[in-house]
Formats: sequence, structure tokens, C-alpha cells
Amino acid sequence: MDIGFIGQHLVNGLMQGMIYSLVAVGFTLFFGVLDVIKFSHGDVLMVGVFAGLTAFFGLDALGIENPYILVIAIILFSTALMALLGIVIAKILILPLKGAPPLNILLITLMLGTLLRESVRLFYPNGSNSKAFPAILPTDSFTWGNFSLRLDSVMLFVAGAAVIVGTYTLINRTRLGLAIRAVAQDEETARTMGINFGFIVLFTFALGSAIAAFAGVMNGFYYNEINFSMGLLLGAVGFSAAIIGGLGNLYGAILGGFLFAGLQTLAAAALPFSSSYKDVFAFAVVIALMAWRPTGLIAEKAYARV
Amino acid sequence: MKQIFRIASILALGALAVTATNGMANAKDKVTVGYIGPITGKVSAHGIAGRNSADLAINLRNQDPNSKYEYELVALDDECKPNIGIQVATKMATDKHVSGAVTHFCSAVATGAVRIYHQFHLPVVVWGAISPSVTYGNDYKEIHRTIGTLTSQNKVAVDFLTGLGYKKYVVIYDTTDYGKGHLEAFANDLLATDGELLEAYGVAADQQDFTAELTKAKSLNPEVIYFAGLSDLGIRVRNQMEKLGIEAQFAGVSGIISDTFIDGTTASEGSLAMRQGAPVEVMPGGPEFIKKYADADYKDPAEAYGVYAYAAMNVLLDAVEEAGPDRQAITKALNTMPAKEYSIGMVEFDDHGQNVNSLVTPLVVQDGAWVTWDESEYASGKRTLKGK
Repeated sequence: MDIGFIGQHLVNGLMQGMIYSLVAVGFTLFFGVLDVIKFSHGDVLMVGVFAGLTAFFGLDALGIENPYILVIAIILFSTALMALLGIVIAKILILPLKGAPPLNILLITLMLGTLLRESVRLFYPNGSNSKAFPAILPTDSFTWGNFSLRLDSVMLFVAGAAVIVGTYTLINRTRLGLAIRAVAQDEETARTMGINFGFIVLFTFALGSAIAAFAGVMNGFYYNEINFSMGLLLGAVGFSAAIIGGLGNLYGAILGGFLFAGLQTLAAAALPFSSSYKDVFAFAVVIALMAWRPTGLIAEKAYARV
Repeated sequence: MKQIFRIASILALGALAVTATNGMANAKDKVTVGYIGPITGKVSAHGIAGRNSADLAINLRNQDPNSKYEYELVALDDECKPNIGIQVATKMATDKHVSGAVTHFCSAVATGAVRIYHQFHLPVVVWGAISPSVTYGNDYKEIHRTIGTLTSQNKVAVDFLTGLGYKKYVVIYDTTDYGKGHLEAFANDLLATDGELLEAYGVAADQQDFTAELTKAKSLNPEVIYFAGLSDLGIRVRNQMEKLGIEAQFAGVSGIISDTFIDGTTASEGSLAMRQGAPVEVMPGGPEFIKKYADADYKDPAEAYGVYAYAAMNVLLDAVEEAGPDRQAITKALNTMPAKEYSIGMVEFDDHGQNVNSLVTPLVVQDGAWVTWDESEYASGKRTLKGK
């Protein structure tokens, strides 16, 4: 295989890895702060991207054509709305069940995911069909032999990286982040230190859901197609990525996301079996990794949480 | 009372004499042929239309002075239910007076019943069921089918695409029976041409990302990416081809034909697809069938598939004409039947008894709509496909 194709596979894998990592970051935030696994995360992503599409239609109807204004407006509307949805979910479903067995939260968010998915399918106009996501980013492409890189992909990748760096900075370099880490480490002590526990939980859910919405919009701009069931696989992959990285660890989520995409790309591009087995291969490796390192590749340390 | 009995006896004898004289005048043996379809139940409209059309074929044949036999129809109802289908198929197959039959509209019924026909050596021509497994799921010599299968469009696709001059193909198929069936048919049909299948990639029916498969495909430099699956997946494949800068022509099976495909893709213009079937009006013998059906004054309309039952019955009757009423002779005649034109177009059975010439219409996306190829600006040369 020539270097151009290897580069192409690498770029494909990096783009996917970025999307997976963003989803995994959400899982890891929720688990870090509240020890909950929110299975509706992938579907929140999907609702976010449909919200972004709706914003686009609205702006389009108003006659706004500048692509940069459109892109920023889509992202802002989608992330803000999903942050709000995250708060509502945390307030109504997660916090009241805090003392209940973890299985209850797992089940309730699983059902919430189905509810969100089916609602979009049934109530969004023509929701059961795939929708074209607007291709408004510049499509100039750089071609070198068999390697082709589009400007929109580069922009999306940089934006995704910026979101991850921003989240990292927020958690590790700000007072708010310190409070989140404090809650993650020990809820009781954090409370006695005067940290507003309820606010921190709601903020974390807003942040995680907004990142999911961003990942969804990024996915939409990258593939130019969205559908009501897109959150299912992304949720499963994001969750697995968070687990192999080490649930509750931000680095782990990022590592897990890129690792998963790398495994899929490797399976499809380089291994001798049919590419239809790429998910089988990637998940099988995840199972093997989990058997080897049950707490994830980056073993959890109490102080490293979130 | 005695008087009445005597009159009745005389009348009966008279009737017998008339029949005998008629028989002598025509010197034709009677041959019984069967029809099975859903005459009652949810899809009874099709079953009744099929029965009427089969009946029409028999009546017309009986009026033909050149036919060697006089035909009689036995029609049974499978209700479109597999269990009932097995019962009536057994009833028909074990009736030694029945020489052959035209059977089934519902695939689930036909799939189960073909074994019975094979067991009792009853030659049948399936008229309405389109699942590939009816003919391709077995090696039964008794089973034939005039209507196309889900996958028979691939022969037309291969002929059409190679006719346009495309030689190098990559297939992306979903790994359900639907996608796999199309791949097998396409690959098989391509062997008979100078086209080359470079590689086929199986993908999950809910897969989102195809960049890995498409990057591999790109490295093979195909002229056509042929997609076998449904529109959702087709949209993603088409969009991601664009993203990776793949300049190959995109063509798909009938599963992608929908407005969703056009609405969902960023670059649908010029995409090709094969539509299964054609309206009866444009079939070679369609208008003639419509007229004869109307003249026969049946109470119920012929529906979309009546013409298929009509053609299937004509195929069977032609085999009887050639081979006589013996079941095995009819089977042999059907299996060696040369290609011949019927109301639905050419009928030519392959070694599974499947008619290889099914009506398929190539379509192309032009200005945001699926347009029949022949009427498109691509066919007229005003616009060009990829690589042309």
C-alpha cells in the first residue's frame, strides 16, 4: 500500500477518534462526578445534532447565508440546548436516584435514550429517514498523490481538539474545575468545604451533554448525513472507549477514543478479513483489554479522577 | 314422477351424445392444470386477479384451433398463509389428474411449498412470489419462475453498466441476505462480461463510517462503485465518496431509489440505480393483455401482477403442448425451453428455473429527481456520467 493511502487511513482514523473521544469524555465526566453511567448519552448527541439542523433551517429561512455565522450558530444553539437537556436529566432523573442502586440509573437512562430516539423518529418531520446535514464548511481539498485532505475535515479536527483542551483546562486550571475534582474525589468532604454539590453535578451534566452535542454536530459536518439512530453506536463506542481508557479519567477517554478508531481502521484497512468484521474486531480487543486491565489502560487514582 | 325421470334420462343421454360428438369433432384430450394463489385474505385482490388471468390464458388457448389439448383449470386458495399453502400444494401435487400448475403470490408460501412439488414431481411456474430462495434456495428441477427475483435486476445492471463502457467495479454491500443476494448475482453476472470485480466490501446495515472501505476501494481505482443495500446506507456511501474525492461513478440497486436518497446526499446528481419491474402498459404484450382481460369481462381488475399469472400459465401450456400431459415430460420441456417472448417480455430459464429476463428500468438522478435513463439528458449525451 502506498504512503498516500496509509495517510488517508490515518486521517480517517483520527477524525473518527476525535468524535469517539468527545463522546467518551462525557461518559467519564458523569462517572467521575457522580459514579453514574448515563446510557442516554449517545441519544443526547443525536438530539443535539437534530437541534443543530433545525437551527440551520431557521437561519436559512431568515436568509442568513454566511457559512461562518451559520456554523457558529448551529454549534451554539445545539450545545446550549443540550446543556439544558443535560441539566434537566440530571435534576429530574439522576439526582433523585442518587442513593438508589446504580442499576436503576443505568436502566432509567437506557429507557430515556429510547424515548429520545423514538421521539425524534416520530415527531421530527420525516424523522425516520436520513437527513442531509448542511455542507457549508469550505470543501477545498489538498491532494497529494492518493492522499486527499479536505479543509473542512481539518477545521473539524482542530475544533474538536480545542474542545478537549478547553475541557481539560477547565477541569484542571480553574476554581470550578477544582470544585468538580473535589466532588469527584469525595462528595461529603467537598460539601463540608462549602462546595455547592447540586450545582457542580448540574454543571457537569450540562458540560458533558454540550460536548456530546458538539461531537454530534462535528459528526454531521463530517459525514453530511444524520439519522435518528446515529447515537446508538456512537454511545456504545464512546462508552467502550471511556472504559478501556479508564472510566473517570479524562486522558483515558481520549486515549480510548483514538484507540477504538485505530482498531476499527486497522481491521478495515490492514487485516485480511472482510471489513464488515471491523466492529467485531474492535470490540473483541476491548474485551481482551478489559480482561487484562479491568480498571482501564490508565489505572484510576483517586486524585486523578476527572 | 316416472314421466319426469324418463325426460331427465333422455336429456342426460342427449347431453352425453352431444359431448361425445363434440369430442370426436375436436379429438382433443383433456389436460388439467392448476392455479394456486391467495384467493381470500388480505391480498386476495392479487390472488383473484391471478386466477382470472390464468383462466383467461386457458380460455384463449381452448379457443385456439391449433392447440392439441383441451385445458381445464383447478384453482386452489393458499390464503397467503404458509401452513394453508402446504396443504393446498399437497392436495394439488397428489392429484394425479393435474399435469402442472401456476403457483403462489406470497414468497413465504412459495418457499415452503416448492419442496412438495419436488416430492410429487409436479412441474410449476411461480407467477408472483419474488424471494430469491424460491428458485435459488434449492435445486428442484420442477420449479420455475417467470417473474423476476429481488436480485435479477443485477443482470440488467451489469449489461447496462458494461454497455456504457465501465470495466472495473468495486461492490459495497450490506451483509444482510438482501445485500449478499445482490452481490452474488452481480458478481456472477459480471463474469460473463469483460467487466472485472476488483473487490467487494461487506458492511453492517447500520454502519455510519465507510471511509476505511472507501479508501481501500480508492486504492483499486474502480470506474464504478456499485452499492447493494438500502437508501440510508447508500446516502452515507455516496457522501463519503465525495468526501474522499473518489471520482468513480456511483450505481446502486433498487433499494436506494427513494426521495430520501436525493434529499440526504450532497451529490446525488448522476447517481444510477435499477428499478425493478415496469407498468403493465409498457410491457411488450401488456396492451394486448389489458384488452383481452377487459373483453373477458371479469368482475375484478387484473391488478399489477395479473399479467404475470397470464404469462406463467402460457409458459406452462406451451410446455404441455410440446411434451404432452406427463409431469416429467413437462418439467423437461420447461427446463429446455428456448427463450421466447410472452406478455411480460422474454422468458428464458436459467439452471434454477429462474427467468433471467426480468423487467428492470435503469434510472438516473437528474436535477433532484429519479429519471428513466432513456428519457434523461445523460442518455441523450447532453450531460455525462463520471469517467465518460
